[in-house]
Amino acid sequence: MDAMILAPESNGKFAGMVEEMSRSNLSRCWHCLCCSGGCPFAQDMDILPNRVIRMVQLGMKQQVLASSAIWLCVGCNTCSMECPNAVDMAAVMDVLRRMAVQENVKIAEPGVLSFHQKVIDSISRYGRTHKLEIMMRYKLSEKDFFSDMDLGLKMLSKRKLDLMPSKVKDRQQVQDLFKLAKDLS
Amino acid sequence: MTFSHTQLNYFPGCSLATTAKENNASLIYFLEQFDIGLKEIPDWNCCGSSSTHSIDPGLALALASRNLFLAPDDKPLLIACPGCHLRLGEAKLTLTTNAKKRTRVEQHFGKPFHADLKLMHFFELLAEMSCAGLFKDLTGRLKNLKIASYYGCMLARPPRMNRLPNHHGLIEKTMTALGGDPVQWGFSGICCGTFLSVSRPAIASRLVNRIMKGAIQSGAECIVTACAMCHLNLEIRCAPENRIPVFHFSEILSLARDGKASREWLNRHLIDPVPVLNTRWKM
Repeated sequence: MDAMILAPESNGKFAGMVEEMSRSNLSRCWHCLCCSGGCPFAQDMDILPNRVIRMVQLGMKQQVLASSAIWLCVGCNTCSMECPNAVDMAAVMDVLRRMAVQENVKIAEPGVLSFHQKVIDSISRYGRTHKLEIMMRYKLSEKDFFSDMDLGLKMLSKRKLDLMPSKVKDRQQVQDLFKLAKDLS
Repeated sequence: MTFSHTQLNYFPGCSLATTAKENNASLIYFLEQFDIGLKEIPDWNCCGSSSTHSIDPGLALALASRNLFLAPDDKPLLIACPGCHLRLGEAKLTLTTNAKKRTRVEQHFGKPFHADLKLMHFFELLAEMSCAGLFKDLTGRLKNLKIASYYGCMLARPPRMNRLPNHHGLIEKTMTALGGDPVQWGFSGICCGTFLSVSRPAIASRLVNRIMKGAIQSGAECIVTACAMCHLNLEIRCAPENRIPVFHFSEILSLARDGKASREWLNRHLIDPVPVLNTRWKM
């Protein structure tokens, strides 16, 4: 983590877009650090949550969208609950992740994005999430064949992981939802 | 017995239908004992989960909406998973406040959206059951079992939803009413790491082990959680030296009701809960 925020280039529209999409007034942030102090993931982030807000205000779009912070945020809403000024920090993080995907920015935590995509693929196939298949496909795409192998076997033996998916019967309706989704984003 | 709900519509969600079947079975069993029947909504789909919410808001709304449109609006829709409850609640809020999106969704499903559909978290039902005096005869049943109540992030929510009822302390209150002994500890509201358990297991392990160690240091004999995702993460990411049994809230409630818990539920735990239970009950 750098001690100072350096803003070599600035995108004038960025802050306004993030505010509108997250429905949050970022000018309310007084950098009390409640969000960063409460965040269970802050110590792994390259930019602390309140600094993300400041960098958004300064128009530092590329740096923010390329950060690991937006992908290590799991959306647990702790920051949003802690904020004394009702800035919806978790919603800000959501917006930044979606922008990073839409604008093809180099993703700082490709494994996290890949996991989300495997979950969405599973929903597209079955209408529900099939955990065993999500895990297998994730491990394959990461070329990570051995970690958690013993855990997986233990979960199978305890029947925590089902071999067969739980499915929605009307698969066409699920596919139609993916079409509907395009009109709702 | 007179209680306002005898039949509820029910959304189990993917976790309770698969990895947390013991949560589902114990919940259904517990409510049956009070003559509350659950009717699963037909052919429900995934609520959208954190993954669609994280990267595809349109898909998150579409998936959650189908469930809202499938649910009959004559009775409240009971949701046991805090994640599903939040996702369906957010979709309901969007459909209520955004006329353009609501019109598009109504056009898709060919019927109007019922904005007064009541989404009921299991906590709300439990609070009502408690108020109606249904647990009066169960005092002392948990035999001073020392319990660390664990909520994870389930009580945190965005500012725009902060006028909805808050159930902080409900596990402690219920456990005390049933004769349990909740401990004071510092980790009841710390997130378990959710999906980082897959993509960044080291981060999830650090959080989980802090939580588990905190529970042991507080003198608790077990952890009780109301979230199936938390339950899974606490069990799978815990180091051998920090192992302490983790119960689903519904399992402990059934135990208080009957003085025993089904072996089928307990056998599905990765951290064996039977030795702790054997200190008070014959399992």
